[in-house]
Parts: sequence; structure tokens; C-alpha cells
Amino acid sequence: MLDNTQIERIEPTPVNSAKVRQPMYAARKKIFPKRASGSFRQFKWLVMAVTLGIYYLTPWLRWDRGSFSPDQAVLLDVANRRFYFFFIEIWPQEFYYVAGLLVMAGVGLFLITSTVGRAWCGYTCPQTVWVDLFLVVERAIEGDRNARIKLDAGLWTPRKLVLRVSKHAIWLAIGALTGGAWIFYFADAPTLLGELFTGTAAPVAYITVAVLAATTYTFGGLMREQVCTYMCPWPRIQAAMLDENSLTVTYNDWRGEPRSRHAKKVLAAGQLVGDCVDCNACVAVCPMGIDIRDGQQLECITCALCIDACDGVMDKLGKERGLIAYATLSDYNANMMLATAGGSSSVNPALVRTDDGLFSDRVAHFHIRKIFRPRTYVYMAMWSLIGLGLLYSLLTRDRLEINVLHDRNPQFVTLSDGSIRNGYTVKLLNMIPEPRTIVVTMQGLQGAEMVVVGDDIPAGRSFAIPVEPDRLKMLRVFVRQPADQIRAPAQTFKFRVEDRASFESNEYTATFNAPETAR
Amino acid sequence: MSSDHIDEVSGISTTGHEWDGIRELNNPLPRWWVITFYMTIVWAIGYTIAYPAWPLLHSATKGVLGYSSRNEVKNELSAAEAAKGKYVAAIESKSVSEIAADDTLREFAVAAGAAAFKVNCVQCHGSGAQGSKGFPNLNDDDWLWGGEVDQIQQTIAHGIRFASDPATRLSEMPAFGDIITADQIKQVSTYVASLSGTVGDQSLVAPGAKVFAENCVACHGDNAKGNKELGAPDLTDAIWLYASGEAAIAAQVTAPKQGVMPAWGARLGETKVKELAVYIHSLGGGE
Repeated sequence: MLDNTQIERIEPTPVNSAKVRQPMYAARKKIFPKRASGSFRQFKWLVMAVTLGIYYLTPWLRWDRGSFSPDQAVLLDVANRRFYFFFIEIWPQEFYYVAGLLVMAGVGLFLITSTVGRAWCGYTCPQTVWVDLFLVVERAIEGDRNARIKLDAGLWTPRKLVLRVSKHAIWLAIGALTGGAWIFYFADAPTLLGELFTGTAAPVAYITVAVLAATTYTFGGLMREQVCTYMCPWPRIQAAMLDENSLTVTYNDWRGEPRSRHAKKVLAAGQLVGDCVDCNACVAVCPMGIDIRDGQQLECITCALCIDACDGVMDKLGKERGLIAYATLSDYNANMMLATAGGSSSVNPALVRTDDGLFSDRVAHFHIRKIFRPRTYVYMAMWSLIGLGLLYSLLTRDRLEINVLHDRNPQFVTLSDGSIRNGYTVKLLNMIPEPRTIVVTMQGLQGAEMVVVGDDIPAGRSFAIPVEPDRLKMLRVFVRQPADQIRAPAQTFKFRVEDRASFESNEYTATFNAPETAR
Repeated sequence: MSSDHIDEVSGISTTGHEWDGIRELNNPLPRWWVITFYMTIVWAIGYTIAYPAWPLLHSATKGVLGYSSRNEVKNELSAAEAAKGKYVAAIESKSVSEIAADDTLREFAVAAGAAAFKVNCVQCHGSGAQGSKGFPNLNDDDWLWGGEVDQIQQTIAHGIRFASDPATRLSEMPAFGDIITADQIKQVSTYVASLSGTVGDQSLVAPGAKVFAENCVACHGDNAKGNKELGAPDLTDAIWLYASGEAAIAAQVTAPKQGVMPAWGARLGETKVKELAVYIHSLGGGE
């Protein structure tokens, strides 16, 4: 007989069983972040002012480069393929400077994240800054959290209509200004501003403004935290970047638990009470709509507003600040071990305090030394090595260059006196914004002479030619060597360019071909 | 056949259709998908009205917008022609030497000529205009009929020995095999080869010079430097159209090969010929 009582029965719950089928799509739950105040909020206002200031004002900075180059400090001149950044001018072939800066930005992000967590997300990410700006508008028009919840739930009264329309209108205006500022990086800002308002700017300018206005409005006003949670890859990558010594916004449940709304009553009943009064201030201010007391989570951008909210409450209660604080996982774990007596019991906040109610000496606090560890040394070394390399390359780069293309069809031409002629396309690059006279000289190739096509330069082994500022000059050069001087079917020689005023020079090694029979 | 029948296995309602006990689950498409689908149908109907679409017996509906891809190409081509217009007009009205002297026009003509060369000339002269045996190299400084830009224009426009063009460049070297003896041919070949530095039998040079003076100077000149009026090549230089050396010269003296170049003036038009002339002149050998 089968004895099915012998078989152990387990009760797993499938994540999405047929009986309680859930859609993959989660409808957005509306979030009404409350205004926070405190030192982190102050710091965020400052960061917002600085980053928005940089973004909006940079194109208007001027930088004198003489009369031959634009005077805009930061300019991406796509039409002429030049990039200007204060004293640096970059030609398209020098784009590796930009690539190097991007690598530095990447390594810098690793460094910041491994030390102070997602500081980029919480303070400087454009998404965060613009959402903050959009929230300022929302609060100014609709009021703080409770007023907004009430307005949202209420009927569509004329007042609600006016408030909503004006809010979205201002959001759209901010979006348009954002897109408007962007295009000034690509053309002379004052000129473009004039063109923009007289309707004479290029269509691409209006299209860019429209696209960026739409994305800013959608991302900053409508989608907000969903961009971080669903669209951004960084929350996924951050897990690999954080370690036990990285600072993250942490709810210190070793002193907060067991939380209680009625501390006195519970205390009187002889039960344990932590510092958390379950006021939910941390949840109310969270722009991501999460509860930090659930622990570190993907949605948390570590904006630290919950720290401000909680500190305010702790001040009112006369308790130490830092129930929610920047803490490392190792400190948190050590304190947790202390509070749970080595993990043997649930949290007992009395264990972290001395008899007079102060924190015991054994409570671990963050020390600045933790920032300096092998991992951050490696990041810092990588970052500064790349930076120094770029700087060295920038300071020693050539501003006078020559490129030579040897004609391949025909490779050589026999002339009536038996001499051999080769054709070359010579490109002279004057990479400074001043006109220069460049001297081109041949080195090697005995007895040979150069002729420049279409120029009245007499045949010879050297010629001087003016090159426009910040331009490439292309020449057709014929080199002719008498038959009795030819030594081999392929001889190498050098084109040397020189600016006799600045003593800059450069060389290009070219080949001169001759038929096998010409000796 | 009730529409609210629920399938027991999957728990999903069925459509109410049943065939031999087999029922169809009711899994409707997402609404956004259906709406998009209907929108594409509406779009398609509008599209077939606006654009050519419905096939008829001999053609198709034209569409109310009057679009056709042929017209589009035609418009693009005429826009390109219009953009080139002022240069083409200038080239039409100016002489080739004027064009060659004007930087902008020369650049335009060289580019246009290079394109025309790739289509019409490379078959004989090679893609780099380097020529081959019997077809002159246009890069060098040796010109049978003159290397000035207007002389090149004349050659391109009317061709060489091209019977159907009355203004063609005409010359004919007689077949000396029927006129002088084999010994004389050997002598004159040795003499001509010696002019460009090929050392042969020294005893033949002096008689060869005599034969040359009697038969050849009329066209090739006293000093054998040739005559561009007659298309007679310079025999003292390093460039040979039909191979160098005594044997090749003897063969050419006995029964000359005479190349033919077509006249391009009527076929390409004056403007193209001018552009080609400027381009050829720019290759490095122009005089």
C-alpha cells in the first residue's frame, strides 16, 4: 500500500500562478514628494544652481582667439568640424581627446560610486536636477504634498484646471529653455538667439529645441522616477560598483527598531522601543516613493532627503541625528551584530547604548580613512594617468602637419627627356587660428625637383606657400627626377614642412617610383 | 454555446466557437495593438488615394498628389543642373585658355572633365590616362598634335584620322617597305635609334642619316624633332608610341601602324570637350 503520509509536503508559491495571474505591466503609483529641509537639501539646491548655471551660461562665455576664429568659449562647430573649449581647439582627427575625457568620466564615476555611493544619481544627474526643478514649480503652484494629493483626488474644478494648465505650461517652458540652451553650444550664441526669434535659424535648430523640449517635459515632468527605475542602466550597474566600504543612505535599524508610534505606552508595558517613531517622514519626502527602512534598493538614488527629514524629527524628539544616515555596510553590520548580541536575538536598541542613554564606544562610525583603500587607489591612479596622458599629449601636440598621398594611377610617368615624374597630393594643415607661411622642402631623392600644379612657383627643392588660418591647404605636387639619378624602382624621400616664424616643423616620408628599366 | 464559458485547464474564457469539442480560447490582442492595426489600415487607404497604387489595365492610378519617382529623379537632376548652371554657362562662353586661367572654372572643369574621361576615354587611354602601346599616355610632356589646351580641345573635338569628320587631324606615314630597300630600312632604323641614345652598329648610322635626309625630314624635320602640325612624332625623345628599339622602328618604317581616335565634338558637345581638354591639360604634361 502506498503510504503518502511519508512524503513531505511543501508549500511553495509560484510567482505568477494561473489563479492569481498578474500582468507584467505595473501601473504607476503617483508620488507626491514632500518638501524636505536640512543640510542635504541645502547642498542639493547649491548643486542644482551650479549645474543649471553651467548648462545655461556656458555658451555665452566668450574667449578671444583673434580675428580668424569664433570667440565662443565652448563651441561645437559641426559645420566647420572644429571643437573649441576655452584655450583648446580640436580638429576631428583629434577626437581621441573627447574619448579620453569620456573614459575619465567613466572611471571618475566608478571612483565616486565606490566611495560615496550613487552621488551622481542623487545630486548631479540631469534627470535628478530637472525633476527637482520641475518639483519646485509643482510645489509653487499646487502646494506641498497634502495639498497636491487633495487636488489630484478632487474633481475637475476651474481652480484645478487653472493650476494644472499653468503647471504644465511652465514645465513646457522649462523644456523649451532646456532645448533652447542646448543649441547654443553648436553655433555662435548671440547670433543664433537673434535668428531664433526672427525665424531665420536653420530648421534643425527648431527641431532640436522641439525634441529636447518634449523629452525634458516628458522625462522631468511626467515620467520622473520611472526614468531611473526602468530606463536607466546605472541602477543595475551600481551593484557591481558598491562594496562594504561604500557610503550609502542607510536606515540604522540597529538603533531604530523595534519602531513604534506609541513609545511611552510600549515602554511602560516593558517592551523594547527603538528610535524610529514610524512617522513616515522619510517616505513622504522620497522622490522615488520608496521606504528606505526596507534597506538599500535599486530605486534609491541616494539623494539623502530622507536623512534631512529624519534628522528634523530626531531633533524634535531630542534624540541623536543619524537614524537615517550615510553609512557603510561594514559599519552597519558591526552595529547590527552589537544590537542583536551577535545575531542571537532580534534588535535590542539598549545594547548599543550605555546606561546613561548615550551610544556605547563600541558603535562603529564612518571614518574618512575608509575612502582610501586599494580599490579607490586603483581608480584614482587610472583616472589621473589618463588625465596626465591627455594633458601631456595636449601640450606636445603638433599644430603644423603634413599628409601626402602618392598617385597610384599612374604610379610614375616617363617624360620625353627620359626623366621620371611622380605625382603627390600634399595636404598642409595649419592648425592655429593665424595665417602662416609654410616652407615645404624635399629631403633626399638626389637631383629631383618639385613643381606645384596651378601655382607660379618655380621648380625647385623648396617653396614657401601661404596657408589660411585654421585651414588645410591641398596641393598637387609633381616630383621629377632625371633618368641618370634614379637609383632604385622605389626610393624614399621626405617632405618637410616648416614655419620659419615659430620654428614648428613636421615631416612625411614618401616613396618615389620609377620603372624597372629606368636606370 | 454561451460566450462566458470558461476553459477549465487554463481558466481563460472561450470565444464560444466549438468544433468537435474543441474550443477556442479568447485571448484578445492588446487594445493598443488593435488600435495601431486599425490606424495602419486607415493610413493605407489614405496612402493609396494620395499616391500611385491601384493597378489598371495599362497603367495605375496616379494618386491625388501626382507623385512619381521618375519626376522625383527628374527634379533632382534638374536641381543639380541648375546648381552647375552658372559654371556651365561660363565654360560655354569662354575659350579653353580662359577657363584654364580662372581658378574656380578650372577646378570645375577638371572635376567635370575627370568624370567625362572615366566614361568616354578610359577604354583606350586607361583609367589613369596612362595609355598603352599604340594609345598615348596623356600624363607626359610628349604631344603628337600639340599639348596646349586649345590644341588638345581640337584633337578631342575632331579626332585623329577619323574619316567622317572633315576637320579631323590627318596624317599618314607611307609604308616605306615599298619605297626603300631592306638595307636602307635597317640603316635608317639604326640611325633613328641612335638619336635617343641606343648604340647600334656604328657603320650603319651615317648611311642611315642619308636615307633619313632623303625620305623622312619632310615630316619629322631636319633634326628629327617631329612636327606637331603633321602629327609627326619627335624621334629623339624617350617616349615611343609603338615600342622602342631598332626592330620596332624598322617594323614601323616598313608598314606603319596608324591609330585612329574618334571625333567627340558632335557626340559630347562643345562644353564637355572643353572640360575634357582642361582636365587632360591639368594632368601634368600640358604645355
